[in-house]
Amino acid sequence: MENKKTILDIHNFSVSFEQYGSGFKKTTLPVIHNLDITVHQGEMVAIVGSSGSGKSLLAHGILGIQPYNATLGGEIIYNGEVLTEERKKALRGSEIVLVPQGTSYLDPLMKVGPQVLKGKNDKKLKERLDKIFKGYNLRDNVYNLYPFELSGGMNRRIMVSTAMMAQPKLVVADEPTPGLHMEMAKKVMSHFRELADNGAGVLVITHDLEQAIEVADRIVVFYAGTTLEDADVKDFEKEETLRHPYTKALWRAMPKNGFKFIDGIQPYVKAMPEGCVFGPRCPHFTEECKCAIPYKNVKDGRVRCIKAEEN
Amino acid sequence: MRKINGRIMTVMLFSAAILFLAAITISGSIFSDEAMITDFSRKNLAPSLQYLFGTDWLGRDMFIRTLTGLSMSIKIGLLAAFASSIIALALGIISATMGKTADAIVTWIIDLVMGIPHILLLILISYAFGKGFKGVVIGVALTHWTSLARVIRSEVLQLKEATYIKAAQKLGVSKFEIAWKHMFPHLFSQFLVGLILMFPHAILHEASITFLGFGLSPEQPAIGIILSESMKYLAMGRWWLAVFPGLLLVGTVILFDVAGESLRKLLDPSSAHK
Amino acid sequence: MILLIIAVSVASFVLISVSPIDPLQANIGQAALGSMSAEQIEKLQAYWGVGTPAYQRFFSWAADFFRGDMGISLLYRQPVADVIKVKLANSLYLMTIAWLISGIIGFIMGIIAGINKGRFIDKAIKGYSLLIASTPAFWLALVLLMVFAVWLQILPIGLSVPIGVEASGVTFADKIQHAILPAVTLSITGISNITLHTREKMIEIMESDYVLFSRARGESTYNIIKNHGIRNVMLPAITLQFGSISEIFGGSVLVEQIFSYPGLGQAAVTAGLGSDVPLLLGITVISAVFVFGGNLIANILYGIIDPRIRRGGKLS
Repeated sequence: MENKKTILDIHNFSVSFEQYGSGFKKTTLPVIHNLDITVHQGEMVAIVGSSGSGKSLLAHGILGIQPYNATLGGEIIYNGEVLTEERKKALRGSEIVLVPQGTSYLDPLMKVGPQVLKGKNDKKLKERLDKIFKGYNLRDNVYNLYPFELSGGMNRRIMVSTAMMAQPKLVVADEPTPGLHMEMAKKVMSHFRELADNGAGVLVITHDLEQAIEVADRIVVFYAGTTLEDADVKDFEKEETLRHPYTKALWRAMPKNGFKFIDGIQPYVKAMPEGCVFGPRCPHFTEECKCAIPYKNVKDGRVRCIKAEEN
Repeated sequence: MRKINGRIMTVMLFSAAILFLAAITISGSIFSDEAMITDFSRKNLAPSLQYLFGTDWLGRDMFIRTLTGLSMSIKIGLLAAFASSIIALALGIISATMGKTADAIVTWIIDLVMGIPHILLLILISYAFGKGFKGVVIGVALTHWTSLARVIRSEVLQLKEATYIKAAQKLGVSKFEIAWKHMFPHLFSQFLVGLILMFPHAILHEASITFLGFGLSPEQPAIGIILSESMKYLAMGRWWLAVFPGLLLVGTVILFDVAGESLRKLLDPSSAHK
Repeated sequence: MILLIIAVSVASFVLISVSPIDPLQANIGQAALGSMSAEQIEKLQAYWGVGTPAYQRFFSWAADFFRGDMGISLLYRQPVADVIKVKLANSLYLMTIAWLISGIIGFIMGIIAGINKGRFIDKAIKGYSLLIASTPAFWLALVLLMVFAVWLQILPIGLSVPIGVEASGVTFADKIQHAILPAVTLSITGISNITLHTREKMIEIMESDYVLFSRARGESTYNIIKNHGIRNVMLPAITLQFGSISEIFGGSVLVEQIFSYPGLGQAAVTAGLGSDVPLLLGITVISAVFVFGGNLIANILYGIIDPRIRRGGKLS
């Protein structure tokens, strides 16, 4: 994997909002901070974190469709060059594609076929779409149906088709499987695997660690708006090969590993702990953890924990 | 100094609007006797520094007459809008809490009231109550509650389904306490904004119906009367009789709108984000 | 809908019958009444329906109404149906013009403002709409009348046709010329509401997930508006447009009064001031028919245009 070209390198990325607190004070809320991810060509990286931790913002930030009141920080390098807002605009939909979360991302009043073709009436494109639909087990008549007439699984496949139409170099999939039963979810994930095997870099954002382990090459653990660990998927075979206490806790929470959960909840953006964001829930927490924690390389992976080697 | 932020601006806007409206209302009441003074030595004067809005065919100072008229319209508007909002609150809550039949009946009444054009309904009601002051107030009160009632109805329905209310019920919090502590604060802000945003409509309709001759009697210097009288003198080129009172009326209505909208902004939690 | 119309007529009838206004005094005057013999007064009372119990009057009125007989207008001394027919024809073409103009311009302005939210053009359109929404229709009519009829003298002051010209001598151009000011006033007042609502909807659509996704797929703003914006704003616009019938009706009452345009609105005012109960009732019911009819048409159109209703449940 190392000799493959890096397609996406996100460094120290942040997304913040301005908000009115009580009275007239304006405060800045950093929903995402210190986020680092790299995706290589032909690689499938899963970023795993619990729901409601701002993962979608990352996807939207990469595509340049973040809310107008959001401020982005840090650096995104795409294909060796800084990904500016202008470049995002030029590349999205062709080289960089998004597979969104749910059916609400499809226009309810437009037939899905024309919708995938962006309203263009082009015979060649139509033929390609027919092939893609066939590959996804979608019947011919689907072309002329509205989103409400399709099942959840079919709508997901429609959205994956939009990505296939573009022949992308980077695919960002935002929670592509929730609400789907196991079988269907696996199938949708396998479509992303195919995209990666065909040479694209795929970044899947998900809350489902088990599923991620099954299909991805690398797992990035996301917690309280930041990335805590970046590990190869085979590191998840044993607890000992994992680096961060939170990742280990996640591992132990998996059904096959004992279903053991740790106490506490993720800190809220407004009440971030000093130093390590996982500190308040960490069994190894000491005074030293109350400083800025660097993202350091440990055993072919990266971790945001100063005690990574010891424990 | 830091740039004044949006929220302070909104508060300032709100206060300014309220202050100005209060000034009109109070000054109008103070000058109400002066508004009736006729002085033939100064009739039909075009606007000047001494008579800002000019004088009419009886030599009455149009500026003072306009102030008095507006203040009367504002008072009627307030009274009617207040009565109307009480109707809206009562019917909204009834339809949301007293079961399906009550809901159907209230919804049906709303449809009914909306089915007759406002002005026509106002004419009918004002006719029913013998025109005059009572007719206008009751008319405006009976025609303006529909949309606020709908808002309150959906708000109560939403609150009833809210998880924290359900949780409170499970925890055994008394019904009264739930209503008072958890539902009332939400409803109140909606109600207040709805009430203030009703004022401009109430004032406009009061003026319209008076203009048509169904409202206040011609002896009273209501703004609708002033404008309706001015119509006769338009062809003679006495434009000031219509232009200035009308402009001030428009200004008043806009100010109420500004006050309502800024209050909505302040009370709406989703506007916390810039 | 029929139930609602029946309810409207009952409600209006109740309102009219509780009125303390004595139609005799209102129309004939105290002095004239005093000089009349008791016999004459009795005859007049019978003519104006004084003394008969309200429910009796209602049933006889309603029974006649169903047979298409709306009674005799007391002021015009003609069948109400005939009076309404003539007035409605005058009003209808005035209102239709205003309805179309305000609908089309309001729709376009709303879309333009909505997709440019926060920019100058949006602020200008929004400001204009709020200003007009705060302006009483009758005052706007006065100002227009003053500017175009009194100062510039390019348009007539009132009436639907020139005074003193035989009905046959009235040309189409005359009719148009006399309808311009009232129609313009009605349109201007109607635009603001439609603009503001269309703008709200358009903003909602532009912030929707599917527009976000289209943007993520590299679609241009123009393409997004063409493919998703118009398509989705169409449905609420239909409801809005047909819902505005009630407002146009209300506006026409004021506007017709000022321009002395002999339409339904002016007739309503005359009937109200002159205690012409049958005419007032007739006009109320007719206008309610239009309003409810508009809602009905909107619902039907919705069913035709919205695929979710047209095609019904899921196929899969």
